[in-house]
Amino acid sequence: MKKKESGARTDSLTLSKIRKSVKDNWVLYLFLLPTLIYVGIFSYAPMYGIQVAFKDFVPSKGIWGSPWAGGKYFEQFFQSPRFWDYVKNTLGLSLYSLAAGFPIPVVLALVLNDIRSTKMKKFAQTVSYMPHFISIVVLVGMMSSFFSPQSGFVNTLIKALGGDSVYFMGSAKWFRHMYVWSGVWQNAGWGSIIYLAALTGVSPELHESAMIDGANKLQRIRHIDLPAIMPTMAILLILNCGSIMSVGFDKVYLMQNDLNLGVSEVISTYTYKVGLLQKNYSYSSAIGLFNNGINFVILVAVNKISGKLSGTSLW
Amino acid sequence: MKKKMKMGTGDKIFYVLTRGLLAAFLVIVLYPIYFVVIASFSDPTYVNSGEFLFFPKGFTMLGYSQIFKTARIWISYANTLIYVTCGTLLGLAASVMAGYALSQKKLLGKSVIMGLLVFTMYFGGGLIPTYLVVKGIHLTNTRTLLIIMGSISIYNIILIRSFFVSTLPQELQDAAFIDGCGNGQYFFKVALPLSKAILAVIGLYIAVAHWNSYFSALIYVTDRAKQPLQLYLREVLLMAQSTSDLMEVDPQAAAQLNRMVEVIKYGIIVVSTVPIICVYPFLQKYFVKGVMIGSVKG
Repeated sequence: MKKKESGARTDSLTLSKIRKSVKDNWVLYLFLLPTLIYVGIFSYAPMYGIQVAFKDFVPSKGIWGSPWAGGKYFEQFFQSPRFWDYVKNTLGLSLYSLAAGFPIPVVLALVLNDIRSTKMKKFAQTVSYMPHFISIVVLVGMMSSFFSPQSGFVNTLIKALGGDSVYFMGSAKWFRHMYVWSGVWQNAGWGSIIYLAALTGVSPELHESAMIDGANKLQRIRHIDLPAIMPTMAILLILNCGSIMSVGFDKVYLMQNDLNLGVSEVISTYTYKVGLLQKNYSYSSAIGLFNNGINFVILVAVNKISGKLSGTSLW
Repeated sequence: MKKKMKMGTGDKIFYVLTRGLLAAFLVIVLYPIYFVVIASFSDPTYVNSGEFLFFPKGFTMLGYSQIFKTARIWISYANTLIYVTCGTLLGLAASVMAGYALSQKKLLGKSVIMGLLVFTMYFGGGLIPTYLVVKGIHLTNTRTLLIIMGSISIYNIILIRSFFVSTLPQELQDAAFIDGCGNGQYFFKVALPLSKAILAVIGLYIAVAHWNSYFSALIYVTDRAKQPLQLYLREVLLMAQSTSDLMEVDPQAAAQLNRMVEVIKYGIIVVSTVPIICVYPFLQKYFVKGVMIGSVKG
């Protein structure tokens, strides 16, 4: 997504020229100031604070003054009996989300792109984007009402069809399906926009000449439309892989209850509980760093592989 | 493309199949939203037993009258409006300035700055280190934090930068600078007026994100008077003590209210979500435009 800037120009500039350029363009640096301060406070200062993971943090001594603890907290995490459960839950959720959530927007975009009537298309788009604007809190609230064993319409339907009502939200068996498919419900339409945008770039003449050559719809999709959205798919896949070890805290935490905790405790929710509820700052930081580190490594690796295979990469 | 060509059998099957799938998808998307609305107007007895599917049963406004009496909803609603408005304005101003600066060729050290910014998209300190920083600068339990946090996103800045790079002709700028126009003047007189579309897009992105966020409030703000709507919704919709706040001391009223919990939930969903759902179709083209700018940038 980002091209390398040609930074070589700087070499030919002497120090005084640099000084003059900065002086002439001080407004630009001023423009950057708020963002740099923001990033400094909310991104880089916390990175400095990562050392807490390697220390026995004592609030009164501060980050710098606390004594070093080495890799103690990492070991504690790796050796904790539930370590693999958390990793499995996290990977399970994110891989399942990816498997369901990645192809569906592509299919939706291809179908939407095929609609000729502008009015129909606009209507279908408006409807399918709608759930994106429902907040996660409300989404989970809706789910717990709809799937409630007594009052939810889902169980009303199941009972009408002769089945027994199921407590979907309080079942370890259903948790992953509920999480993933509600995500598809909410984001499939929104996710299709980016592919639709790429598809509008396809020249209609290509389709016309293919039709004259006797290509049917499926063949045209396979040989014209799909190649057009391939680069977009590659980029999104890389980005998704980069967060494979991080299931967003928000929704999982809201969907969690004692009944599904066995499958719903992921690394991010565990980090939150250890850190902010149990106030075990160092341990929680170590878990968080472990998680971020793995994500970063995967992202870099997938990006490199993609760059080699398809020529598409993030940087 | 306008001309209708004869369809082969395979294409006909394809046509029917895809349209059928699309229709099913749209029904699945729309029905839950529709159900929330009809349930919010239905008699609590029927809502509790889930006895209707398509039309409200026993029309009543009881749920809504209860909601409108509850002060905390409106306090948190007002809080959210403050956070969204201030956060969006602030974030938008900072992002557009940064995006513009980064689009300028003459900015020395641009690639270093870009690198610093982009890196934060993929790596961060994590929850606790961030918490310690926020606590260290005494921003916990402040409105300031809820306004600032999340208002600047590097992704948005990159979008704006791409927009300026692709739409502001270099010749125009060169000419303006020869005429003695400075960086600031050029930004305010030329660049800004040309970028209304991208400003709308980014503003909407920030606003929606702010409207929906509950995580920062959950972690950093314990003062109820400052809580945003989403945190309040979480309490009502998802936590067991949902009705404790709505209940009066009178046990009879409490029982009555208890019966209405589900209806109130549906009503609250409508009240908190309908504004944004009603507004967005009018802004849809901007959203779509934003995604497109994002996808074409090299």
